[in-house]
Amino acid sequence: MSRRVVITGMGVAAPNAVGLENFHLAIRQGKSGIRFFPELEKLNFSCQIGGKPEINEELLQQYFTPLQLRGLNSSGIVYGVISGTDAWKNAGMEISEDSVPDWDTGIIFGTGILGVDKFREAIHLIDEGRTRRLGSTSVIQTMASGISAYLGGILGCGNQVTTNSSACTTGTEALLMGFERIQQGKAKRMLVGSCGDDGPYVWGGFDAMRVLPSKYNNIPKEASRPMSATASGFVPGSGAGALLLEDLDSARERGARIYAEVLGGEINSGGQRGEGSMTAANNQAVERCITRSLQNSGIEAEELDCINGHLTATARDSTEIQNWVRALGRKQKEFPYINSLKSLTGHCLSASGSIECVASVLQIYHSFIFGNRNCEDLHPEIEALVHQDRIPGKIISQKINILAKASFGFGDVNAVAIFKKFND
Amino acid sequence: MSEQEIILRLKKIVEPYVQRLEGLNNFREETDFLRDLEINSANLVDVVLDVEDEFDIMIDNDSMDGMLTVGDAKDIIQNKIG
Repeated sequence: MSRRVVITGMGVAAPNAVGLENFHLAIRQGKSGIRFFPELEKLNFSCQIGGKPEINEELLQQYFTPLQLRGLNSSGIVYGVISGTDAWKNAGMEISEDSVPDWDTGIIFGTGILGVDKFREAIHLIDEGRTRRLGSTSVIQTMASGISAYLGGILGCGNQVTTNSSACTTGTEALLMGFERIQQGKAKRMLVGSCGDDGPYVWGGFDAMRVLPSKYNNIPKEASRPMSATASGFVPGSGAGALLLEDLDSARERGARIYAEVLGGEINSGGQRGEGSMTAANNQAVERCITRSLQNSGIEAEELDCINGHLTATARDSTEIQNWVRALGRKQKEFPYINSLKSLTGHCLSASGSIECVASVLQIYHSFIFGNRNCEDLHPEIEALVHQDRIPGKIISQKINILAKASFGFGDVNAVAIFKKFND
Repeated sequence: MSEQEIILRLKKIVEPYVQRLEGLNNFREETDFLRDLEINSANLVDVVLDVEDEFDIMIDNDSMDGMLTVGDAKDIIQNKIG
């Protein structure tokens, strides 16, 4: 018999707030984390704004030893370790100094690219013929699995410890991979999440593709406009989100607080066939991903109360809505509530899925739907499909029983996770 | 520079890497970096880089391989700063 999986802890480092309670407050208040960065202006970026979590020295010292902080120059590891450690503690788990690892706990913590600034340091030293000056910290901060390796060591995990990578789908995919491992009885607890680096070397490629907004450099908080008629590209972001998934029996044994249950989900790809490409989704694959996520979770489309979309603030937002409408067979006033966190954080790329899963689960646990910022001028193609009431501009108080979280990524990859309010 | 001073400065350099703090109480020429101080072997290259910066010297790979104790390090440094 497959095991039931619940969420017992969460942590987050997002552009608009660091720490779970700060983040809860920030999404309730509709606080934007988008800022102007003079560095990007100096480098002639078209888009000179973005979202970065604000981390000070004092905070760093709470999560890293002085030795770990020496030469630490990987923003993704910083955000990932903060959110992962927080999720662990938030679940009421202790950090054991035991010499025996915790065999029942594993980690799937994804990233798109890690340690870019550290890698840049290394490239300069190597090109100057000073390779030996790299020291011992270059590899561990730039290997993709650096983040799961850091967390695995801090927490002493003895089950599977790995890093997944599937562009903007990464975080939601990590959650579903961890879910399956517990469901199959291979682990009692899986710390799942994702993180992403920030700065010009990560964002430059997107700027060059002209997929970022360039007309909001002096009004950054208005730049990220998912579902708006005036959306002109996604605002690049970064950070990390983490969730501790736990076998229901184990959670009960510990008397842990349960935020929500993970019912199931689906991960697939459009194979870059049909309208699918390296950068665009095959619509049939998206529909299929949604439909199967419901089937795998044993629920009907009518039961869905709320969607936390991928919705990045590009022309593709309308297409995403069309896919939801077709997959669910629901529209206008019958359509579920829908929102996008990206109006507040920008598109946190590989970190987006997990940060948005944390936001989704907070909504279920605290019975509210956060408001969509910057879409007063709803896109006409979206307005034709979904009644404006279903796309709240301001926070509403609303009990949510079932929520779908979707993430879609470059490479034509999709993931949809289904969460349910926990009822014993 | 006196031997005493070199050893004192060495102690400061290795401190952040030491996992067995008792080892620092009895920091002398015989002290073994790995056995007595339990410095992670991967961090030895960082200790060498820090020594180079502190004394403004360059330690070649062969000397590095022979640097197992505080005394070894002191000898190498003395030798380099002449």
